[in-house]
Amino acid sequence: MLRDITLGQYYPVDSPVHRLDPRTKLFGTMVFIISLFVADSIWGYLAATVALGLVIRLTKVPFSFMVRGLRGILVLLLISVSFNLFLTDGQVLVQLWIFRITWEGLRTAAFMAVRLIYLVLGSTVMTLTTTPNELTDGLEKSLGFLGKVGVPVHEISMMMSIALRFIPILVEETDKIMKAQMARGADFESGNLIQKAKAMVPLLVPLFISAFRRATDLAMAMEARCYRGGSGRTKMKPLRYQSRDRIAYGAELLYLAVMIGLAVVL
Amino acid sequence: MSIKVEHLNHIYGEGTAFSQYALKDVNFTIEDGEFVGLIGHTGSGKSTLIQHLNGLLRASSGAVYYNGENIYADGYDMKKLRSKVGLVFQYPEYQLFEVDVFSDVCFGPRNLGLEKEEVEARAREALSLVGLDESFYAQSPFELSGGQKRRVAIAGVLAMEPEVLILDEPTAGLDPRGRDEILDKISQLHREKGMTIILVSHSMEDMARYAGRLIVMNHGEKVFDDAPKEVFKHYKELEKMGLAAPQITYVVHELREHGAEIADDLTTVAEARDAILAALRKG
Amino acid sequence: MGIIKASRLIFDYIRRDEEDRIEEVNRAIDDMNVDIKKGDFVAILGHNGSGKSTFAKQVNGILLPTEGTVWISDMDTSDSSRIWDIRKTAGMVFQNPDNQIIGNIVEEDVGFGPENLGVPTEEIWKRVDESLEAVGMTAYRMKSPNKLSGGQKQRVAIAGVMAMRPQCIVLDEPTAMLDPNGRKDVIRTVRELNKREGITVLLITHYMEEVVHADRVIVMDDGRIVMDGTPREIFSRVEELKSYRLDVPQVTELAYELKKAGVDLPDGILTRRELMENLLPLFGCRYGERKGGEHVD
Repeated sequence: MLRDITLGQYYPVDSPVHRLDPRTKLFGTMVFIISLFVADSIWGYLAATVALGLVIRLTKVPFSFMVRGLRGILVLLLISVSFNLFLTDGQVLVQLWIFRITWEGLRTAAFMAVRLIYLVLGSTVMTLTTTPNELTDGLEKSLGFLGKVGVPVHEISMMMSIALRFIPILVEETDKIMKAQMARGADFESGNLIQKAKAMVPLLVPLFISAFRRATDLAMAMEARCYRGGSGRTKMKPLRYQSRDRIAYGAELLYLAVMIGLAVVL
Repeated sequence: MSIKVEHLNHIYGEGTAFSQYALKDVNFTIEDGEFVGLIGHTGSGKSTLIQHLNGLLRASSGAVYYNGENIYADGYDMKKLRSKVGLVFQYPEYQLFEVDVFSDVCFGPRNLGLEKEEVEARAREALSLVGLDESFYAQSPFELSGGQKRRVAIAGVLAMEPEVLILDEPTAGLDPRGRDEILDKISQLHREKGMTIILVSHSMEDMARYAGRLIVMNHGEKVFDDAPKEVFKHYKELEKMGLAAPQITYVVHELREHGAEIADDLTTVAEARDAILAALRKG
Repeated sequence: MGIIKASRLIFDYIRRDEEDRIEEVNRAIDDMNVDIKKGDFVAILGHNGSGKSTFAKQVNGILLPTEGTVWISDMDTSDSSRIWDIRKTAGMVFQNPDNQIIGNIVEEDVGFGPENLGVPTEEIWKRVDESLEAVGMTAYRMKSPNKLSGGQKQRVAIAGVMAMRPQCIVLDEPTAMLDPNGRKDVIRTVRELNKREGITVLLITHYMEEVVHADRVIVMDDGRIVMDGTPREIFSRVEELKSYRLDVPQVTELAYELKKAGVDLPDGILTRRELMENLLPLFGCRYGERKGGEHVD
């Protein structure tokens, strides 16, 4: 059951979007998110819809796979929609007992829903088309300027990449320790909250000890392979912009300009 | 009778495109007091199989009977089953968590809801069975040697006073000294306590020495189930499954091939030595 | 002077309490002297706690001597300015296959060492290709390490070391956590690297079958070298090996037992073939002349 959890669910197909430099995609995602907050008219949202639809089409990822990520925000979506729907003042459309729906409420609720859904879809495009490695590389490179103000960008991205490597291992280990303790009569399911929390001790202690042991081993192995931080390191797969990235940047900027234009004009 | 497995199937990812048989129509009965070896290459289904015997995994179809009772029947007490069928996982020392050896061994019997005196009596008994005396009780389990840690973990299962003890590669990663200590203790439990033992191991030499019966798994199916001597006669088939027979088996067969007259079911050094000496004297 | 040399080496594990006072001193290596020739395949045997793994970590500069000196290719491991050269010269493979793979993809893990050394990108690719080829893992280069078997992971780890172009590889119980097939794979790979590429190999193990083909076997006990010689010399001293709680391969043990019972066999038989060649004439047969219908592959 635990094994089903996958992180950064990359969808392996070959598409123009997959082939883009991760930095281009990071920038694009950012532009898209900004545009969602800039837009405040039907036309703005229509433009965003066209852009998003076009990009999703280009990724070659089945749409059903795309929307799977929306299930996670369903509750959030319902709450925010109903808040906006029922609690906005204005011209009353329907009144049912104490519930009152206004024209303004309907409008904000709809925009809010679209904004949330697009936000998730937009970032899903990024995670589905970019491997976790590319993502960390892209972040390291794009955020490189932060290094100048003392942020350990290389170290953070190295940590992210190691975490990605060890999460499946630790998930499997959790499963194993859980079973081993169950074989000794441990019960992880019944009891009240405090009993349940107490029952976790025989699971968490071995898990932490194992994680620390792995961390010590790994640190030694990295040192043995001459790892000494980011300076002086070269890259096996350095990020290099291709002409398609230039085109994509152009499209992203054009899109942003259109969105701002729409917001200003309308 | 002790454990009976009937038409056991286990399918991973059932109903999805990735569904795969982990166990396929497995049948056997293990009687009280047997010492059964279970072999198979990595991924042959042997680890999946043993987790069915104490109800940690549930079969896709088929049944497991413990002392005549179907463990999948409504209201069957799984916790009790797990105390009767003790399972020692691979690298069991990774499950240790208490501050001292004694408390860790108490964990199992305490989960059974026993009185404090009974819990401690069992822990003491279990530790003495694995050969750890009182000087170890207050020590942190994390500061012991690899072999000692493992013995503490095995004691943790023994303290539940199981009738059947299943061990998944209990000697993995240990040096010859640690290995012999563990195997000697297991064989002692079998001889002196009459405990039923199911031992998963990769070492054919250990199997030849300790097991009275050998079950061989391949691709989720049971392919052999016989005395080790008989199973090792099929060494060519074993090799095709990525397994092997003890080295001695090869020596004996090669001698026979070249015309030496010795029996074909010798599997240990002592047996082969005696047979070769006898044959040389005769010749 | 050989590629690895230790002189009067002593190493203590020191445990301190919270106030940094010395609580316990454990002598892991006690006055060890050894000189290992370039290109040799040397196996170090010993049970746990014999000091063999501690010695392995000395060679790579992960641990530094308490007293005495270790030289790797004339570099003193205590000389902190040469530490990266030392680690590059003597690569290291550890016991747990999971805890030494850093990359999320096989080829990226192999590239990790050269990246750290600042090797130019094109050269990294060349080295990764060659190293994966050398351990026979080219077909798996795009796989996630989590999808590999234990033996395959160890071969990736070996490739990761090879990509640093070392002169010597130290393997600290690389097969202890593997199944028999994985064990065979790893040992075969290491032997090939030794023969074909001339890499000096220092194999730490407690599996006796793995050292039969070594050029030299060193047995450690209690932090000291207690036996040192060719496999044949070592394995002819069966009783002594057993006194150090080490195992003897079954073939060797059988030959030894037969000899003890008066059968005319040479000392230190290591392989089945040797046993056959010497035993069959006593039955009046010659090796290779098969009579029965059976075949042994």
